[in-house]
Amino acid sequence: MSGRYSRQELFAPIGLEGQAKIRRKHVLVVGAGALGTGSAEALVRAGIGKLTIVDRDYVEWSNLQRQQLYTEEDAQNQVPKAIAAENRLKRLNSEVRIDAQVCDVGPEELERLVEGVDLIMDATDNFDIRMMVNDVSQKYRIPWIYGACVGSYGISYTIRPGITPCLNCLLESVPLGGATCDTAGIISPAVQTVVAHQVTEALKMLVEDYDSLRNKLVSFDLWKNRNSSINVQGVKNASCLSCGPGRTYPFLSYENQTRTAVLCGRDTVQLRPAGKVDRDLEQLEALLKSQTENIQRNPYLLSFSIESRRLVVFKDGRVLVHGTKDTAEARSLYHRYLG
Amino acid sequence: MQLIINGETVSVPSSVGNVSQLLEHYGINQKVAIVELNQDILEKSRHGETALADGDKIEIVHFVGGG
Repeated sequence: MSGRYSRQELFAPIGLEGQAKIRRKHVLVVGAGALGTGSAEALVRAGIGKLTIVDRDYVEWSNLQRQQLYTEEDAQNQVPKAIAAENRLKRLNSEVRIDAQVCDVGPEELERLVEGVDLIMDATDNFDIRMMVNDVSQKYRIPWIYGACVGSYGISYTIRPGITPCLNCLLESVPLGGATCDTAGIISPAVQTVVAHQVTEALKMLVEDYDSLRNKLVSFDLWKNRNSSINVQGVKNASCLSCGPGRTYPFLSYENQTRTAVLCGRDTVQLRPAGKVDRDLEQLEALLKSQTENIQRNPYLLSFSIESRRLVVFKDGRVLVHGTKDTAEARSLYHRYLG
Repeated sequence: MQLIINGETVSVPSSVGNVSQLLEHYGINQKVAIVELNQDILEKSRHGETALADGDKIEIVHFVGGG
């Protein structure tokens, strides 16, 4: 055996039959950052039929330490991540159809993107989008694999509609704030370990070896040498609005989106989270202090500068991003620094 | 008090009496934590009322958003 996929076919749980199944599958990777580039590369090398990858950002120098598909040239030329990823992926395996989309994913885009998709890989960086992915997964009965990391910590869970609890069962609400890769940093092995968990589960799913799925919420801290896995099957909530019998897919509705508006003539974008929010500005200042410039706080708001933009965070959750009219850029900064 | 947290035996100060206090002790936001106590998952609403005892086995997993 010397064929391209021979070593994978030699692996008994996959075999020739499994490889043929992998070849017929279409995977959507949402996000082309650290997790997205890792998952996409592994899946494309593994020989899936089609890969759709979507991202709203462009490549920056601070990405190169861990986002494995990108080069210095991509950062120099500020190439959109989806395009830079596509260029590299096509060179890794020309047999795989790659569909790269540069866009800011909302419910509408997501419903369009999942058409014909067998599996969704989570490679996003915030819970707003994950809750949308979760609802779309339930609505169209497409499994998705949650994965996230920060610092040396990572976590993953495989969500199968009708079988496992969904993310809304597990979380009960959208968590606000918390550390992000842009505030607490990230080391590449944490990314790689999450990717390893996600891609392994993906391969099991693609070859339809459902009995081998992990069925547990897994987490680890590589620096602190800790591992944990929990069976969360019992958390499945019968009254869950995303996966229960009375489901309404709340995160696909307009009322539950973080809304953006360009403020006329002010070169400013306003973001307003859904629902009632009470930001702890003191805690936020502690998180942001080392990463941002010229941070200022009073009892009502906190402001700081980053990448030649100025962000103003109000206690009620509203955020103004000064220095841009681009809502996608504003959203990106919002999620990278505020969670 | 000695607890076994994520497989490791650790001592926690006497001020830690229930699951909420334990999460606070580790700086983990209640909203993003899933806690298993002696192999049973606790509902979030029960974190405050669930007392801890010497030798309890606890698994804590917390959700993060980065990626």
